[in-house]
Amino acid sequence: MMTSTTKQSNSLFKNAILKILSDKISLIALIIVGIYFLVALLTSVGLIASSWNIPVTTSYAPPSAEFWFGADIFGRSVFTRVVKATETAVMLGVVVAIISIVIGTTLGMLAGYFGGWVDELVVWFYTTFASIPGIMMLVSIAFILGKGTTTVFLSLGLTSWVGLCRIVRGEVMKHKDREYVQAANAIGASTPRKLIKHILPNISHLLIINFTQTFDSAIKAEVVLSFLGLSVVGRPSWGTMIDDAKLELARGVWWQLGAATLAMFIIVLAFNVLGDALRDALDPKLKGK
Amino acid sequence: MNIYTYIFRRLLYMIPVLLGVCLIIFVLFNLVAPDPALLKLGKHGTVEQIAQINHELGLDRPLWVQYLDTVKSAFTLDFGRSWATQQDILEMIKLGALPSLSITGPLFLISTILSIALALLVAFYRGKLIDRFVLLLSIAGMSIPSLAVVLFGQWFFGYYLSWFEISGYESGFPEFIPYVILPVFLYVFVNFGADTRFYRTVILDEVYQDYVRTARSKGLSETVIMFKHVLKNSMIPILTQIIIQIPFLILGLLFAETFFSIPGLGAMIVNAVNNSDFPVIKAMAILSSIFFMLFGILTDVAYTLVDPRMRLK
Repeated sequence: MMTSTTKQSNSLFKNAILKILSDKISLIALIIVGIYFLVALLTSVGLIASSWNIPVTTSYAPPSAEFWFGADIFGRSVFTRVVKATETAVMLGVVVAIISIVIGTTLGMLAGYFGGWVDELVVWFYTTFASIPGIMMLVSIAFILGKGTTTVFLSLGLTSWVGLCRIVRGEVMKHKDREYVQAANAIGASTPRKLIKHILPNISHLLIINFTQTFDSAIKAEVVLSFLGLSVVGRPSWGTMIDDAKLELARGVWWQLGAATLAMFIIVLAFNVLGDALRDALDPKLKGK
Repeated sequence: MNIYTYIFRRLLYMIPVLLGVCLIIFVLFNLVAPDPALLKLGKHGTVEQIAQINHELGLDRPLWVQYLDTVKSAFTLDFGRSWATQQDILEMIKLGALPSLSITGPLFLISTILSIALALLVAFYRGKLIDRFVLLLSIAGMSIPSLAVVLFGQWFFGYYLSWFEISGYESGFPEFIPYVILPVFLYVFVNFGADTRFYRTVILDEVYQDYVRTARSKGLSETVIMFKHVLKNSMIPILTQIIIQIPFLILGLLFAETFFSIPGLGAMIVNAVNNSDFPVIKAMAILSSIFFMLFGILTDVAYTLVDPRMRLK
């Protein structure tokens, strides 16, 4: 039999996963990201760090064996707050990445597939968006919406879709004339079916690579919003903790800045490494970059 | 196509894009934004007071007139007066541009030269220990939040060690120099990771090309290959990256200017956000996008000068 002699080749995604698992550094990065997501999940259901808002010791108590990162102005444990803020960061990264992927992919696919005036409209739209420097766009949107969680989601999501939209548009333009789309066409597949069922899986690696990049930049941009007083309210975030340090450092209180920076550094670094590994594994054209 | 026709066409395409920029700014500030009269009066304004302020600000006119006002300001660069200080906004921007440029200018020069030099070095030793070390250091540097670097750096080098001026500014050359050394130094650190990694990538792109193998097989030394062939060919992405950063120089640095009390445009934007100064934020958004578009055109023109294969489209 034919099937017994030919070995079925792995899919692109299976290959990518195997590649990442076999590389020591990417594996460590993957484990770190996994731990952060687990911590975020456990805090959101209240299993750990539920006492983040309760004073447990004296104001600005320095780090000790009991409280690893000391206490903040209200005597709340900085360690617990950093753990609680993991939930904010992960939620933020995921929601912002999803917003940017939904907008970028939808507009990019429409422009690439239909061409003509649809394409011209989308290109005009993203050129316009991209013409306003990111930082001004971010400041404007966040400022207009006022402080709060929705603001952070929307301002970061609305400012991070252009790059993906541009790439998706280009890829869809290439894919729409390929044989597999013509074949789908021949058996009478509708346009939405061709786009979602046939073309989308073939460009999905771009969305995954984009996810890791947007996740990272969203967590970093939250610090800017915190500095402008426009970040999340009612829950701790690494950005607000770092921003608090502007009043604390002169008194020698470095632990809140140190703890939040460290927590953020580790996950951003892990995502950076993982993003690179994913890009190498999923996009053979970019190999070795 | 003639290069002048090309530039003309690109300038022409700026018009619809600028109209779009104005539309986004208009939608944000005139439709979505909370009522500025309420922001100015707080909760205790009477109906007459609110109507009075809306009339003064021209917010009681039809929406399309207000949109045309935004468009007009983009083309005449007359942005009116600040709500907070009553100063002419274009004057404010002119005043703030120099202090901003006095940090971002040197920062841009040092960062760019440093990271290209480092990228060439590690591309030369690609795959070796030093390459992996610098790459790791770059990724680590990219992962530190810049606000933390500024806060810690100012406290440690400015306050704890007292090596530099902790804050303040004096205009005029060379009086400004002592005040900008520390912020420039800190931001070179902030930028170094992303820049070095980018330049390393574009240089490595060329290193594996066929012409490099040819050059090597005809016996050229690695140094000649690196500087004469590789660097020249990677000039296109390098130039793009360099030119595209220039419009951002005028925006200044939000964190550094605030914490080091440098009266630049970054600090102006932060003040405008804190004072709900709509016209200043609008003006900066419009002006910076005009700069951005102009430098985008410049980049594409520079392409054709560097690489004759490039066709104008």
